[in-house]
Amino acid sequence: MSGAGDRTVLAVEGLDVGTGHTPLLRDVTFSIARGERVGLIGESGSGKSLTALAVMGLLGEGLHARGDVRLSGRTPATRNLLEVGEREMARLRGDAVTMVFQEPMTALNPTMRVGAQVTEVMRIHGTRDTAGARARAVELLDQVGLPDPAHLARSYPHELSGGQRQRVVLAIALANDPALLICDEPTTALDVTVQATVLDLVVRGVQERDAAMLFITHDLAVVATVCERVLVMYGGRIVEAGPVGEVFADPRHRYTQGLIGASDLAGERGRRQRAALPTIQGTVPPAGRFPDGCVFRSRCAHATDECATLPGWTPRREGDGPGQGSAPGEVGRAAGYACFHPAGGAA
Amino acid sequence: MVLRLLHRAMVFVLSVLAASVLVFAFMRVLPGDPARVALGINASDASVAALREQFGLDRPVVVQYLDWMRGMLTLDPGIEFISKAAIGPQIADRLQVTLILVTTSMILAVLVAVPVGIWMAVRHRHVDGVVMSAASQVGVAIPAFLAGIVLISVFAVRLRWVPSGGWAVPAQDPVGFLQRLVLPSIALAGVQAAVLARYVRSAVLDVLREDYLRTARAKGLRPVQALWRHGLRNAAVPVVTVLGLQLATLLVGAVVIERVFVIPGLGSLLLDSVAQREILTVQTVVMVLVVATLLITFLVDALYLLIDPRLRTGSR
Amino acid sequence: MSEVQGAAADAVTDSGQVPAGGSRGRHLNPSLVVGGAIVAVVVGLALLSYVWTPYQPMRVLPVEPYQTPNAEHWLGTDRLRRDVLTQILVGARTTLFVGVVAVGVAALVGVPLGILAAMSPGWPGQLVMRANDVLLAFPALLLAIMFAALYGGSTRVAMIAIGIATIPAFARITRSGALGVMRTEYVVAARSAGRSPLGIAVRHVVPNVAGLVIVQASVSFAIAILAEAALAYLGLGTPTGQASWGRMLYEAQTTLRSAPHLALIPGAAIALSVLGFNLFGDGLRDWLDPRLEDR
Repeated sequence: MSGAGDRTVLAVEGLDVGTGHTPLLRDVTFSIARGERVGLIGESGSGKSLTALAVMGLLGEGLHARGDVRLSGRTPATRNLLEVGEREMARLRGDAVTMVFQEPMTALNPTMRVGAQVTEVMRIHGTRDTAGARARAVELLDQVGLPDPAHLARSYPHELSGGQRQRVVLAIALANDPALLICDEPTTALDVTVQATVLDLVVRGVQERDAAMLFITHDLAVVATVCERVLVMYGGRIVEAGPVGEVFADPRHRYTQGLIGASDLAGERGRRQRAALPTIQGTVPPAGRFPDGCVFRSRCAHATDECATLPGWTPRREGDGPGQGSAPGEVGRAAGYACFHPAGGAA
Repeated sequence: MVLRLLHRAMVFVLSVLAASVLVFAFMRVLPGDPARVALGINASDASVAALREQFGLDRPVVVQYLDWMRGMLTLDPGIEFISKAAIGPQIADRLQVTLILVTTSMILAVLVAVPVGIWMAVRHRHVDGVVMSAASQVGVAIPAFLAGIVLISVFAVRLRWVPSGGWAVPAQDPVGFLQRLVLPSIALAGVQAAVLARYVRSAVLDVLREDYLRTARAKGLRPVQALWRHGLRNAAVPVVTVLGLQLATLLVGAVVIERVFVIPGLGSLLLDSVAQREILTVQTVVMVLVVATLLITFLVDALYLLIDPRLRTGSR
Repeated sequence: MSEVQGAAADAVTDSGQVPAGGSRGRHLNPSLVVGGAIVAVVVGLALLSYVWTPYQPMRVLPVEPYQTPNAEHWLGTDRLRRDVLTQILVGARTTLFVGVVAVGVAALVGVPLGILAAMSPGWPGQLVMRANDVLLAFPALLLAIMFAALYGGSTRVAMIAIGIATIPAFARITRSGALGVMRTEYVVAARSAGRSPLGIAVRHVVPNVAGLVIVQASVSFAIAILAEAALAYLGLGTPTGQASWGRMLYEAQTTLRSAPHLALIPGAAIALSVLGFNLFGDGLRDWLDPRLEDR
């Protein structure tokens, strides 16, 4: 699949996740290249976290994933991660692919010293010997901007603030120089004043390692500052994708348009739109209650009978080939949308 | 941490004092005339007066209480009202037997309950987990003395593998000792194991839902490793509480089991004293059991501080 | 991956998605159904014994002793030539009576104490809880033995002792529930509106801790049954001549070899009732608070 010289780190194709009878994610397809920072946005309930957990292989019991997920870290991706065993998956987790979770207050083990928790991830994967890992842990804690890291390594999580704990989680995630870092709303639970610093650290950490990043958030402003490309998710499907600047300035999918209109990001034009469409009507339906065809049509002001069939993927620009960061398998999904009545653009 | 320990120790001492007042009030003040209670309704006034005289039961209540407390603290609570036998040495002998029984049972219960409880939690959505969980519910419902009776009827009466009761001094007759220890320990441990396993299950289930366990998985630990390295210590916190409570329950449960298996422990001494109306002995044995219970609670609190660093720094 | 099913639960709730099956409202769980059924059967048997028993209760019959279950005597006869089924039925009465009185005493004293402890943060609350901790060191059995030493063994002494020993359980659970209620906005509002503490207790606290108390009652009932049986077995509870499951066990112990059914039948009755009340309590808790499921 990924040939030599390919910069693709993560290639997800046709990912379906669901319980026995309820589909939760459908046909999720995207890829991320080395050094690329991709945002995944959408309202609560759109399936963002589930996408991340599916890639990590951390879906819970009762949830099943089908499709194709390939990761090329230090070795080329040859196997579908959904098919490898737990043992092999565990070898990748924390090493080639790591994750920062939303809730720093509970993400760390309360009965274990902070330094030991950082050291552990290196010991698990044998990247360093005990002494080396210990020294490196202090270094990492220093890199994520924690004061007096040598002393702090000996404290317990409850002695740290939320922002400090999230830095520790980030240090753990960066310890083994991952090829892919997944961040699931890493700053949502933090004070506004701390958010910017932590975001900065995340971006710097990823850049230094030339790692790929998947950044999940519902905060469009954060995506705008952190990411280069954005995926918009609704009802368990990716409804639009493209470079952040283009998508935010000129959203095509009506859902994206609504999201932007409802956000602080909305510029002059957005605000005008907001007057007409202050928020997206209605609420996100519960899982399994999304309509057939276009998942957004039950809330869309532009929906017609045509929307009862599933809209195909339209590339943002005519003749768009496999864009930057797209694997050969997913022609043109790097920038495009799935909507019969797109907004803006050529129209 | 030291402050905290001191505080707990103070609570312990105060609780013991309060409990001793309670026991004394129940046994000596409430019934009116302990000498009359001891000798029975048909006793002659002269003998009642003699007893009162001999044991100073006509002195003010406070003096009697202090006298009793001094006896307890010097480990010499005096002699029995009627048989005139010294209480202290009896309690020491019997306590030894009871402690052996209780400790063995506790160890047995923990050895069974912890792995079973973890298994039930990890497999709680699978048939085996559900079946074990249901079985533990049934186990909780079986009283220890019933288990004892059933064990006797099967292994002692029918199969004749072990004696149906009695006791042997370990140093003199090690084999006989072990033979007589086996059934009562199992009877006593069985119910406790069922209760404990349910608590372990629920504690592990709680831990399995914790974010930090997901973090551990995200670090590259396999499920069992994550639970082992990060889960169990945290799950231990609520389990330790239950262990303490259970140890206390076992002490009292031993009273019944000693009766079932005719074991000369503290429980037998208590019941015999009740039958012979040896009020002072009853009062003293009850106090020993209560102090043991309170001591266990105190030790559990102290153990907490070791397990959970959050508590340690709480009042630093 | 079973170990980290939590991740799935989180993922699903994070994204606000609830798997099909829709709203996880109150639904009957197996514990509640099975426990409820067993409790109903025990209560039914006790009630039945008032209108019908196969033979006159405690009556010595002109038949062979130690009969195994047969057509005449469905559960056999005991050493004193009494019908076992009759004793089991009447024994159910004793069991429930002891349970109701003991739990009633404990709840009537414990619940107000718990509410008091929660609503008065100063020394009265502290005192109640400290006293509670001390009382906690006196298990039902120990208290009953103490009382029996003074007043002799009887059903009444057993009930009262078990009741007193159960007070801390009720005080504790009520206090923790009430503390939660006291923090809610509507209580804070009611307090700032100047509503009297008693008014708040009656209007807000009691209804909100009722569920907890009922669950505790069911669990305590099971413990009371066990304690009564143990006391009767020790000869410190229900005296000879009155039907009690524990008493039956005690009397059967000497004939374990020749007539084990005389011990097994009351033993099974005790275990089954305890199981019933335990399951019922568990089921009730899940039913009242579906979030706690799986515990």
